[in-house]
Amino acid sequence: MRTCLVVDDSSVIRKVARRILEGLDFQIVEAEDGEQALEICKRGLPDAVLLDWNMPVMDGYEFLGNLRRMPGGDAPKVVFCTTENDVAHIARALHAGANEYIMKPFDKDIVTAKFQEVGLI
Amino acid sequence: MTPLDYEFLRKLLKDRSGLDLSADKQYLVESRLLPLARRANLPGIPELVQKMKSGGDQLTTQVVEAMTTNETFFFRDKIPFDHLREGILPALIQARASRRSLRIWSAACSTGQEPYSIAMCLREYGAALAGWRIEIVATDLSQEVLEKSKAGLYSQFEVQRGLPIQLLVKYFTQLGELWQLSADIRGMVQHRQLNLLHDFSHLGKFDVIFCRNVLIYFDQDTKAQIFERMAKVMEPDGTLLLGAAESVVGITDAFRPNQERRGLYQINPVRSPRGGAALLPGLKVVAAR
Repeated sequence: MRTCLVVDDSSVIRKVARRILEGLDFQIVEAEDGEQALEICKRGLPDAVLLDWNMPVMDGYEFLGNLRRMPGGDAPKVVFCTTENDVAHIARALHAGANEYIMKPFDKDIVTAKFQEVGLI
Repeated sequence: MTPLDYEFLRKLLKDRSGLDLSADKQYLVESRLLPLARRANLPGIPELVQKMKSGGDQLTTQVVEAMTTNETFFFRDKIPFDHLREGILPALIQARASRRSLRIWSAACSTGQEPYSIAMCLREYGAALAGWRIEIVATDLSQEVLEKSKAGLYSQFEVQRGLPIQLLVKYFTQLGELWQLSADIRGMVQHRQLNLLHDFSHLGKFDVIFCRNVLIYFDQDTKAQIFERMAKVMEPDGTLLLGAAESVVGITDAFRPNQERRGLYQINPVRSPRGGAALLPGLKVVAAR
């Protein structure tokens, strides 16, 4: 079973994402911010990361930079999932190595479509 | 709704749009037509039917449009567009090298996601199609969905269903809550209102026809006659793409399945001597008409 690290400071969003992704046969690991997520990645890289942008301690953008610099850190597919819904943020995320981008609010169809797009389903 | 009202609507929808409703679809009719009746200040469907019978042509058009299913999204099912990029276009680029033109028809284009997905595919092809004359003809029964398609304006939900993020950034501009396709991509698509039950020979010949997830609503005879007429507007080496749950098999021999790529159909050069259908099981009725 493939693993997906869900990184969001909102427990509600993590719960919704968990329910959707478990329905798509992913095993879920949760983190509340970028720093926690990075610690989890040091112990073992997930197949996918669903990543919020604005979080306390370390935001999603900084986490992504750190992840991509780790040995093997270019392997996980990273899908941003954020309220930052403008072209400038999307372009920054793609430039930093994001594979896809979900603009909140989202539903199961959108998550499925985006995970299909990056070859995770 | 009385059984007589339902029969009136079933017949009208079959005649006007080809929609083949089974006897147990009253709930569907009620759910789609009750809001329309209320907008027309009518208490219910019996009154709606009465008004249509007494010559409400505009209302009848609205009823037909309300009953059509417009579910669509960008790059729907993904695989047909992989076939377009990896199989159909390379072959056509070779075959049409001297005339340098391509014509593609998106039959039942709904709100435009299909023809615009095709247009983006072609644009992404880059230099290989530079200087070619490209025509994408998008048709639909409903004027309302055609207007939405022409505008090329989509909600945040719509642009996230099937559209890769790189293409969103490249071809769309954000307008408040909405996203608008670039004038370049919109300009590649010509829109025309068309009922597939009527003659479409005036559209000319096509290299590729997308007719996906629309014929499932038609009965076998109607499908067979649409396939026959599509074969006549298809170039001999053209390709027909159907929806994932659709096939020509057992309906017509005007087309034959592509052996290598599922969901693709080519003109059948070896048709039966009696016009095609008679030798296929279950098609004697069609052949006799």
